[in-house]
Amino acid sequence: MHKTDFTDYEAGVARLTMPVSARDHAQGPDDAPLTLVEYGDYQCPYCGAAYPVVKRLQKTLGDKLRFVFRNFPLPQAHPYAMAAAEAAEAAGTLGKFWPMHDMIYENQEELSPESLAEWAHELGLADDKLEKALEAPEIDKRLKEDRSSGIRSGLNGTPTFYINGTRYDGPPDYPSLLAVLESELSVR
Amino acid sequence: MSPTPALKAGTPAPDFTLPSTPDQKVSLSEFRGRPVVLVFYPADWSPVCSDQLALYNELLPDFSPFNAEILGISVDGIWCHLAFHQERKLRIPLLADFEPKGAVARRYGVYDESTGESERALFVIDADGIIRWSYVSPVGINPGADGILKALENLSSAPKEAAHAQN
Repeated sequence: MHKTDFTDYEAGVARLTMPVSARDHAQGPDDAPLTLVEYGDYQCPYCGAAYPVVKRLQKTLGDKLRFVFRNFPLPQAHPYAMAAAEAAEAAGTLGKFWPMHDMIYENQEELSPESLAEWAHELGLADDKLEKALEAPEIDKRLKEDRSSGIRSGLNGTPTFYINGTRYDGPPDYPSLLAVLESELSVR
Repeated sequence: MSPTPALKAGTPAPDFTLPSTPDQKVSLSEFRGRPVVLVFYPADWSPVCSDQLALYNELLPDFSPFNAEILGISVDGIWCHLAFHQERKLRIPLLADFEPKGAVARRYGVYDESTGESERALFVIDADGIIRWSYVSPVGINPGADGILKALENLSSAPKEAAHAQN
């Protein structure tokens, strides 16, 4: 009949359904033993709080860690989240994804459509450049892929993290995340 | 833990009538003919902004192709629900399982006697009022939406609904 296997779901183990690939924005080596994937919203304060945590994990773990960011804007709750995600992706088409990503999270409290344009300018993307990049159909496609892959992977809010493909359900603070990452390293 | 287990797939969903606003009531049987997702949750005013209900609120466009009605249920009173609904800008109806307290949660086997709240539980009910999928989330873990969407997809891949979907 029409039975789907819910075994993983019943066990409370959610897995990343879209594997990390060349389409993703990634920092760290492709063959790093640890891959941390974050689904985030640029206007979400919890994602803002997780931003320095991830930076610190990257510093501690160095080449052992590959970090991937995917978009999951929650526009009902956060009116500028979609514009910010589009701006970061547009900057990405011009080779400036991570600088824009960092700029937004480092100045999250000032996030607005005007500030996005200013920040792009500061990063050397003159206004018309970013605006033109925003028209690329690739951006909408990427955002849709990120969104549906998040839903299919049991995303349950923002930020949602996956460590080597398994949803991390602990608190998003540095010691908790580091402990799980290190234990993952030791079993390998 | 609930003293009785949560109702399983294949069980007819017990009908109920609960207030959704100070002057409106909602009965499960009103939705016969289309799928219903019951979202039992412990309490309004969860301290995280992107909690379970906020996520489902964002995902309404993903649920709409299934023509499914999503109903939130907790033991909170109707005025509490009203304030929560407005503050979080929710578009999902919230039903008050308040008097007698938790009566509907008990009938679905998801009332937690120790906390006096319902467990975090999901039920996907088909157009004929039969539970097709149920899930009780581990304590403190937000279950996300993938299980609901898979269950709704399974409903719509059944022969009758498939014929309907082509219209």
